[in-house]
Amino acid sequence: MILNKAYIIGAGETKYGELWEKSLRELAVEAGLKAVENAGIFSKEIEVLYGSNSLAGTINGQENIGSLISDFSGIAENNIPAIRIEASTASGGAAVRQAYLAVKSGEYDVVMVGGVEKMTDIYGSEIIDLTSSVLDREWEAFLGATPAALAAMSARKYMKDFNVPREALSMMSVNDHLNASRNPHAQYRNKITLEQAVNATPVAEPLNLMDCSPVSDGAAAVIVASEKYVKKNGIEGVEILSSAASQDYLAVHSRKSIYRLDSTVLAAREALGKAKLKLDNISFSEIHDSYSIYGLMELEDLGFAEKGKAKDLVYEEIKLNGRIPVNPSGGLKAKGNPFGATGVGQFVEAYTQLKGKAGERQVKSPEHALLHNMGGTGSTSVVHILGGVA
Amino acid sequence: MSGIVSYGSYIPRFRIKPEEIARVWGEDAENIKNGIYVLSKSVPAPDEDVATISVEAARNALKRCNVEPENVGAIFIGSESHPYAVKPTATIVAAAIGVGFNLFSADYEFACKAGTAAMQNVKAMVDADFIKYGMAIGSDTSQGAPGDVLEYTASAGGTAMILGKTNVIAEINSTLSVTSDTPDFWRREGQPYPSHGERFTGEPAYFRHVVSASKEMMERQGTTPKDYKYAVFHQPNGKFPTRAAKLLGFSEEQYKDGLLTPFIGNTYSASMMTGLSAILDLANPGDRILAVSFGSGAGSDAFDITVTDHIENLERKAAPTIKEMISRVKWLDYGMYAKFKRKIIVGDDIE
Amino acid sequence: MGELSRFWRESEHRYRLIGTKCGNCSVTYFPPRDICPKCHRESIGKMKPVQLQGKGEIISYTIVHDAPPRFIRQRPYFMALIKLDEGPTITGQIVDCDADEVDIGKRVRTVFRKVAEEGKSGIIEYGYKFVVDQ
Repeated sequence: MILNKAYIIGAGETKYGELWEKSLRELAVEAGLKAVENAGIFSKEIEVLYGSNSLAGTINGQENIGSLISDFSGIAENNIPAIRIEASTASGGAAVRQAYLAVKSGEYDVVMVGGVEKMTDIYGSEIIDLTSSVLDREWEAFLGATPAALAAMSARKYMKDFNVPREALSMMSVNDHLNASRNPHAQYRNKITLEQAVNATPVAEPLNLMDCSPVSDGAAAVIVASEKYVKKNGIEGVEILSSAASQDYLAVHSRKSIYRLDSTVLAAREALGKAKLKLDNISFSEIHDSYSIYGLMELEDLGFAEKGKAKDLVYEEIKLNGRIPVNPSGGLKAKGNPFGATGVGQFVEAYTQLKGKAGERQVKSPEHALLHNMGGTGSTSVVHILGGVA
Repeated sequence: MSGIVSYGSYIPRFRIKPEEIARVWGEDAENIKNGIYVLSKSVPAPDEDVATISVEAARNALKRCNVEPENVGAIFIGSESHPYAVKPTATIVAAAIGVGFNLFSADYEFACKAGTAAMQNVKAMVDADFIKYGMAIGSDTSQGAPGDVLEYTASAGGTAMILGKTNVIAEINSTLSVTSDTPDFWRREGQPYPSHGERFTGEPAYFRHVVSASKEMMERQGTTPKDYKYAVFHQPNGKFPTRAAKLLGFSEEQYKDGLLTPFIGNTYSASMMTGLSAILDLANPGDRILAVSFGSGAGSDAFDITVTDHIENLERKAAPTIKEMISRVKWLDYGMYAKFKRKIIVGDDIE
Repeated sequence: MGELSRFWRESEHRYRLIGTKCGNCSVTYFPPRDICPKCHRESIGKMKPVQLQGKGEIISYTIVHDAPPRFIRQRPYFMALIKLDEGPTITGQIVDCDADEVDIGKRVRTVFRKVAEEGKSGIIEYGYKFVVDQ
């Protein structure tokens, strides 16, 4: 059986930030329209819509997201399948993965993925309780754990066991902000110094405000098409060379190690294996640094460094012009983290970079990109490898 | 003869000094301390209440003896600060210590003697062979109105007594109660803080009932103060119980080990029972104890108790002693105290 | 309107630390599980309730400043990952302590505390927290 190849043929996203004027559906539609326009296709060509969203049920009181996006994108009467994919903060990567599989199977030629999150519709510290739904509600969140608290506990043990200074964590955020200063869609475009990052207000010790991704609104969309479609229409798409997803225990307390993300290790290994590539072939990566500590852990678990040694990479190597550029978009800390959109936004960045359209933050001559999107505290990881322009 | 099979107490770690309270309300701390003889009082943490305190006390009682929770046939809890006005604390404690579905239980109220009233009821059930073992708990996180003299003494703590006929460490030779309609201290339904009759709480209330119940008990038992090793009374402050003791003819030697209020304040329904717990920490076989509680409204429960040889078999060290709990302290200032005790209200939909 | 049955269902597990032991491989789990992740179908019907002692060691901890509304009076509070003596690691608050009393490796034991309330008129939710062994 020969499987189709799958390509990203268009991408679009809204700004990420506190977008008071824009509603959940307006954001989704805006990103979708940009993607369709960018792909140069007609909406009637879209055969399936995968929506990606994590918390609209609680924050916005809205479920049935697939139908919502399809309806307000004006394609309700196209009557296409429209389903939401949810894997907490890995919803975006998981949704694109579904589109990839749909196209690879040969069943469909053009699939749209729209990720959206509207987190500022809840005010106050209530948001902390709602985002805690990505944890084990009964045995982590109920007892007082928050996503930041769990990241902090991993951080403390990690820093102690591997003698990693506080500064190494902060450098993830410094790098994100530096790159975001060149990204017009980023939530925070201010550069930050190491000193500012180290001395920020505590959130859950040892993590502070600069270690934690913000509460964001935003939407991102991509169009995935088959090789057949791409060839027939003479389009220059970016190939999705491989897709892998892996899962681990839900709660941090059930994991084999509180500072190793087994789901990331396995998904990365599988994705690189399927793409027949090594990390040396990767020109840049977008990783899921919802907390600075996860950024360091992920560099190790993706394979860029041995456990405990990511601190050696964060000063120079991960820079835009470094050996292994990380988060040219600004990452989750500075570009933003609207849960359902984040993973799709990584594809928007990679597509833009690989097409050479990233302007001031362009990675030099990129060939392959590694995208890593993670759910909760590491219970799900989705890794994609994107290839050169077709 | 039925009696106490095991005992356990719990006193929260936080404390506040009268000086701190006086500072905020513009009063003379030294005068106040001299008047009530209280050096510090216990304060419950924000996540403690009568249910949590009762559970810790009950668990401490169970740790010391061999009674299996399944054999506890009754739990009665006396308090004036039950977490629910309707839904007994006893049901929560029962679930937390793992007793069976076949259980007699209810909550009691009689101001500071609710716990000892529970003891009498459990003893009666044991004597009537309704149950093999039963648990009576006196526990409170009483509120003193800000700026009122009771704020210096109203504190938190709990004591659990397991009663039965077998493996008795202290026999209850006799128990009696006196009751009258005396409005010395009360709280109307829905009111956050109690009211009291100031000086009326002395002679017509505390002393009348405590002294007459004590005298009546000694008359029935044919005893005089010198027959007792220990005497412990309800202790709303550090002065009332010593005065009652002296009035009755007891010496400091007899009442000092059971007098805890100077260090932990008035634990209301746990007050006399925790004093008794302190005595049981030290008692030897043959020691006779006169224990008299007082509940405003008003009444007194008197107990004539003799410690048995069996106390040597009790693992008293398996749970913290009163001395240990009194010495484990964390000091609070008035602001933190007011936050813990919910005297500072936060926004509507926050808590 | 507040919650009720979701809490009540777990109250026994939370009040008394009732976990499950796999009848096939003897591993103890807390929270309780219906299936053993090691034995799979061989564990069906063999997961027996077991009461854990609540004693263990701090694996890691944090001091939480950004808290959900219901923890406002306890802010900042300690959260910890505790490895219980029977084997499982669980998540819980450490209470009644100062920063200098808590560290990785210290021994702790469970206490029964109020965790949350369903507002002023809803039920009170109790559960386990930890104190450092003196």
